[in-house]
Amino acid sequence: MAADTREPSVFQRFMVSELAHNWRRSASAIAGTVIIISFIVLVTAGPYLTAQNPYDVRQLDIMEAFKPPVWLEGGTAQYLLGTDQQGRDVWASIVYGSRISLFIGLVAMLGSVLIGATLGLIAGYYGGKLDAIIMRIADIQLSFPSVLIALFLMSAFGTGVDKVLIALISVGWVVYARTVRGATLREKSREYVQAARVSGLPNSKIIFKHVLPNVLTPLIVIATIQVGTFILIEASLSFLGVGVPITQPSLGLLIKNGFDVLFSGLWWISVFPGLFIMLIVFGINLLGDFLRDELNPRLK
Amino acid sequence: MFGYLIKRFIQMIFVLWIVSVLVFVMMSFTGDPTYMMVPLDATDEQIEQARRILGLDQSHLVQYWRFLGNLLQGDFGRSFVFRQPALQLIMERLPATLEIVVLAMIMALTLAIPLGVYAGAYPQRAGSRALMAGSLVGISLPGFWLGMVLIFIFAVKLQIFPSSGRGPTTVIWGIRTSLTSWEGFKHLILPAITLSVGTLAILMRIIRAEMMEVLRQDYVKFARAKGAANRVVLFKHGLKNALIPLITVFGLMLGDLIAFATLTETIFAWPGIGKLLVDSIYSGDRTVIVVYLMFVAFLFVMVNFLVDVAYALIDPRIKVA
Amino acid sequence: MVERDAPLLSVRGLKTWFHTFGGVVKAVDGVSFDLAPGEILGIVGESGGGKSMVGFSIMGLIDRPGRIEAGEIVFDGRELTKLDDEAMQGIRGRQIAMIFQDPMTALNPLYTIGNQLEEMLTLHTDLGPEARRVRCIEMLTEVGIPQPEDRLNAYPHQFSGGMRQRVVIAIAMIAGPRLLIADEPTTALDVTIQAQLLRLMKAQVEQRRTALILITHDLAAVSQMADRIVVLYCGRVVEIGSTAALIAGPRHPYTRGLLDSIPANHQGRSRLPQIPGTVPDIRKLPVGCSFAPRCPRAEPRCHADAPMLVTDRTGRAYACHFPLEDTA
Repeated sequence: MAADTREPSVFQRFMVSELAHNWRRSASAIAGTVIIISFIVLVTAGPYLTAQNPYDVRQLDIMEAFKPPVWLEGGTAQYLLGTDQQGRDVWASIVYGSRISLFIGLVAMLGSVLIGATLGLIAGYYGGKLDAIIMRIADIQLSFPSVLIALFLMSAFGTGVDKVLIALISVGWVVYARTVRGATLREKSREYVQAARVSGLPNSKIIFKHVLPNVLTPLIVIATIQVGTFILIEASLSFLGVGVPITQPSLGLLIKNGFDVLFSGLWWISVFPGLFIMLIVFGINLLGDFLRDELNPRLK
Repeated sequence: MFGYLIKRFIQMIFVLWIVSVLVFVMMSFTGDPTYMMVPLDATDEQIEQARRILGLDQSHLVQYWRFLGNLLQGDFGRSFVFRQPALQLIMERLPATLEIVVLAMIMALTLAIPLGVYAGAYPQRAGSRALMAGSLVGISLPGFWLGMVLIFIFAVKLQIFPSSGRGPTTVIWGIRTSLTSWEGFKHLILPAITLSVGTLAILMRIIRAEMMEVLRQDYVKFARAKGAANRVVLFKHGLKNALIPLITVFGLMLGDLIAFATLTETIFAWPGIGKLLVDSIYSGDRTVIVVYLMFVAFLFVMVNFLVDVAYALIDPRIKVA
Repeated sequence: MVERDAPLLSVRGLKTWFHTFGGVVKAVDGVSFDLAPGEILGIVGESGGGKSMVGFSIMGLIDRPGRIEAGEIVFDGRELTKLDDEAMQGIRGRQIAMIFQDPMTALNPLYTIGNQLEEMLTLHTDLGPEARRVRCIEMLTEVGIPQPEDRLNAYPHQFSGGMRQRVVIAIAMIAGPRLLIADEPTTALDVTIQAQLLRLMKAQVEQRRTALILITHDLAAVSQMADRIVVLYCGRVVEIGSTAALIAGPRHPYTRGLLDSIPANHQGRSRLPQIPGTVPDIRKLPVGCSFAPRCPRAEPRCHADAPMLVTDRTGRAYACHFPLEDTA
């Protein structure tokens, strides 16, 4: 008959949902989303927008070193935010550096979610010795600050993007394991899960159909914020020289570069990359905060 | 209660043991340190001799056994670089780290509690929203970067505070401290502020969340029904209940502070254990790294234990265990 | 007995609404009743409804997103809805006291019950520390707490549920209020304890000539205690009357249904009658009489027209187009 009898699509349902409604009314949530999207755009399209590829040695001119930002005396419009000790355009460095920072943050988060959620599911669902071991490890890890553990790991492994990812995942999985385990335990004892088991439904199906959806919302909140946390940790590691290699500098490494000349008054080389880190993490936190408040079961 | 403490104590020991194993395993990945101990022109024989003396020719298991044995006797080995007992190095530099950590903690708490309570009690006000925005910025910025910015503004440009290093020190009760002089204190301020900002932001958010949660409770409504004035309700019934979970947070915060001290000390060239660690990582001074980690692990485990004890003492519901 | 003039409390057209994302919840939608000094009034209705909100409205403890939209609450000559929070603080505890449903959550777990009891005296009297202590022990004895001197230093979690509620009653009564509002005081407790507690409350209020508003879904309990009863359905008054008259001859079908579902009224019958259907979603109340969808006597007029509350000469009131016969 009429087309109106169709079920609204997921997207349509989402758009009129309470979440979308509140999002529209929250200045901070919108701001956060805008910031994040801007960064993603910057990072993907960036290289096409910057005139210089700061990692192509042939494009560098040492005579252009230490140029200040455009609004200071001695600055030129060619290098909006100035140049560093090798004549690299700071703006271009930031664009390229952001790619690495964001890449590491996202991939490490995904890895943590995968491993953490899987371990959590196993621990919660099968229980017993496996559960005890996994949770023991988690507890021990939690009593130490992640930065230190990551620092320690990197000092043993040496620099490298892949090693950074491993280190971050090694500290990042714990929170998902715990959350998912908790949710699994709760769901396990529910009647419809027991009914499913009795009816012979294979464990994997039970896990995916019943447990997972209930775990999704807290995971989303944690994952969002963790990207920001990882970006900060990676920046710290790189600043200390045990993070990314010089050939693939992230924003943290850029700050390190500028640190040595800071005392001579050449501030732009360090300050701008740091500003960018702050901006992206701030945007992530804005959105994360909003999601946390929205997706929390409200007590009426 | 006593049994509970014993149980926790045993857990502590267990965790420390696990850490010692992990630390040892990790360190054995970092390569053969023998080459650092011998002069560059050493012959192969001499190198072999050195290895035998260091015990590095034995199997890993034996090495670990000796390592553990030494640990328990308090012998943590000598620093390759400084040629001093590693533990002594750490102990010498500990007061410096403690100075900035404790100062940062005090600064953070002094501000976080009143601000957090305010933001939690009146979350809709403009002031509260501003505080929340500010705290969000606080947890978003890289701490070490903030330190650099502070150095640039206050030390390089304005020249109010020194840009690095520790000020003049005196020895009180066997501990070297720089708190005794204004000059010494001036050197402390920027590092302490850098450290405290992140902690302040997090604490404020947590206190606010706790206050909001507590103020929703029935006993708060009941207190109001009893006719108690708002201030009384807030502080007597709200705050005390909200602060209890804070004890755990406090323990974690201390851990985070010590971790971030690593970065802060590097920036400010502050001679604490954090800088020692970073320098040792660069120079490959394995012994010091190991001792640092064991020491810090011990510290955290201790702090966690004390937090549990504090809980047991403060929350009357736990007494009856 | 019960004076008919100069009511202690007069509620007129009280509307307390909650503005939520899903719609406006009209928890209290036009409630009116009087309360004489020393009278025991029961407010009855199904669980999860506006009954508690009536109590909170009187106390001025309605939090966002709720608000008193309209109506008057006149207590002892003062219009409560016009008072600011500070002025209300002077009334709460001292003039009007309230008991909550769950004694475990009503008491602060971190303070001794002595501390929380004494708090009332500190707030509302000028008694010195020693006098306060003596008064607290007296009060605990009155509500039936054994070894009161020792129990002053005990914490809430060290009491059983029934004992805790006795402490709560002690706290409520110690400052000698003129009106006590009891919001489902026995719902969270064992059936065996319920009777004891109700007897205690009745003794206390009669002793001090305190008026009592007993809010509950338990019509049986209320019929033992109250002088008059107000029956609420979906935030509106459907019947008011003296207990004896109401129980003997209810005029509203809902009241009839409630009475019929009390097990004690049906010795020998095989099946317990139930009111068919369920309480509607308050956000989407039907046009006309709210009870009409479930009412066995409903006529087309009932679905179209919301009946007004009609009061007769004897003080009996009911809101129904086709009330039950007057069998009183």
